[in-house]
Amino acid sequence: MSMLSVNGPSASASVRCYARLALAGFHRAAAYWKASVAGLISNTTFALIRAEILLVAVAPSGGIAGYDEGRIVAYAWVSQGLYSVVLLWGDGELSKKVRTGDVAIDVSRPWNLQGALLAIDLGRAAFAVITRLAPPIAIGALFFSFRFPERTAAWPLFAVSAVLAVVISFTLRFILELTTFWLMDVKGVTQLYSVVAGTLSGLTIPLAFFPHWAQEILWLTPFPAVLQFPVDIFIERGEAGEILLQQAIWAAGLTLFAQFLYGRAQRKLVIQGG
Amino acid sequence: MTYMVDVEGLSREFSVWARTGRFRRSAKVVEAVADVSFTVARGEAVGYVGPNGSGKSTTIKMLTGILAPSSGRVSVCGLEPSQHRKQLARRIGIVFGQRSQLWWDLPLRESLEILRAIYRIPQARFRARLDECVELLDLDSFLERPVRQLSLGQRMRGEVTAALLHDPDLLVLDEPTIGLDLESKAKLRGFLAELVARRATTLLLTTHDLQDIELLCPRLIVIDHGRILADGALDTLRDEVSPERILRVDLKQPGALLPTFHGVTTVQADEHRTRQRLSFDPRRTTAAELIAQVAQVAPVIDVSVTEPAIEDVIRGLYARSGAVPAARHISRSSETTAGEEE
Repeated sequence: MSMLSVNGPSASASVRCYARLALAGFHRAAAYWKASVAGLISNTTFALIRAEILLVAVAPSGGIAGYDEGRIVAYAWVSQGLYSVVLLWGDGELSKKVRTGDVAIDVSRPWNLQGALLAIDLGRAAFAVITRLAPPIAIGALFFSFRFPERTAAWPLFAVSAVLAVVISFTLRFILELTTFWLMDVKGVTQLYSVVAGTLSGLTIPLAFFPHWAQEILWLTPFPAVLQFPVDIFIERGEAGEILLQQAIWAAGLTLFAQFLYGRAQRKLVIQGG
Repeated sequence: MTYMVDVEGLSREFSVWARTGRFRRSAKVVEAVADVSFTVARGEAVGYVGPNGSGKSTTIKMLTGILAPSSGRVSVCGLEPSQHRKQLARRIGIVFGQRSQLWWDLPLRESLEILRAIYRIPQARFRARLDECVELLDLDSFLERPVRQLSLGQRMRGEVTAALLHDPDLLVLDEPTIGLDLESKAKLRGFLAELVARRATTLLLTTHDLQDIELLCPRLIVIDHGRILADGALDTLRDEVSPERILRVDLKQPGALLPTFHGVTTVQADEHRTRQRLSFDPRRTTAAELIAQVAQVAPVIDVSVTEPAIEDVIRGLYARSGAVPAARHISRSSETTAGEEE
């Protein structure tokens, strides 16, 4: 079962289709550049506060759990920017479509819906890299003792890790929204997710600050792979190859699970009638 | 002969859960579509008409593969829809008057280009098709505008273009003129009429606006409570259900009420008795005969003959079937009068 296979002509046409959808996602995000500016301002404010607080905690002791001053500053700014790139909390577009029945249009297109939405989300994420990730890194570097990666190789590894993080985050959101097919109202599920995802992915404090037993449990969830892992690669903590492998496994496993779930959702739609 | 749409004994049931006690729920089976059979030949334009909740949309969903039938057989473009939904999607175009398939935040042109990629339409064919729609639907002035800024009329023209880009064999229109103003309706109908006439595109149209049917579809399928009440040419149904015609005569001078000539059922007159209306049965007499008879009694200035409006025909069908005889949700938009020859 290949993700992007659709009945029809060549594979290159398939690639062109999903590439065009990614471009559409980019353009759609760009259509609201004013919202991006507003988001950037609030992002920067939060990063500023977090960086200052974390510095107060880390500086006197000379470092906590491997986080020195440069690393904790980089963590604060990169994670804040990355959070908008991976988009921890979605806007529930698919849920809305299921509730209104508009999903009928998307379900009957000659595409793989999950693949199509992923392509669109990758396009959106690319725009967020420019408007939501790059500026905080620049600000952090200008005004703080920001630590850039020492090895050049960390940059491409970080890029790969960020893409995997987007795939994982998208798939988690997709799975969450698919539950609308059964629950109709996913507000409760979404709220729980938004509370849990931020903390468990390492947005609040670095996951290394958690007690050991909590970390052990966390590594069994996909949440660190959404945010903490790419940040770790940026600040050069841990083994990059191992981190990427874990992310790849999560991305593949969740993608397959989501495909399975989507198949069930379609069956429910078609056989039971919504 | 192969049909574009071939439906036989189509039924669809839904289970609706209802509370029957404090803690108990029981399933009630509701039959949305019951034993529906019809065929649509290539190039035919068919109107599918019925009140809200009559099973129209359920039928459309089964034709497009969104919903599997509980029983019966469906074939669209030679495919079984719910098994081959994606293959079928390349062969049919769908316009939902109440839903959009365009990208809200992007210019209309980009929405159409995205569809080109999704349906893998060769560039040259896309260009030709788009140019044609731009010209016939006047898209030029708003092609570069984001869809969210378009008026409903403009958006619907965009939706129809979107449904036609991949050159579908069958175009399914679900309430395409809902909410449109007169001018937008006229423009859209004109375009669709041309599509049927020139391109021999097969058209299946559901609507509440019976004028759509009158202008676009020579054939009508009337459905109520999930069952087909009638299927045939509008003229045939008219003769069958409400054959009565009305002859209106304007007399030169006020005079007595005209006599009920042979074949005339009622005579009505305005207060001066210069304009009188004679209802007659065309199977028993002809308009020409009646005019001659009237002219012998009183000098006539003007005459006109009116056929029953399409909504009268449909109301007649419901009444005949024992369904609620009132107008229900079938109505003609009040501002239009076409179909009456006044």
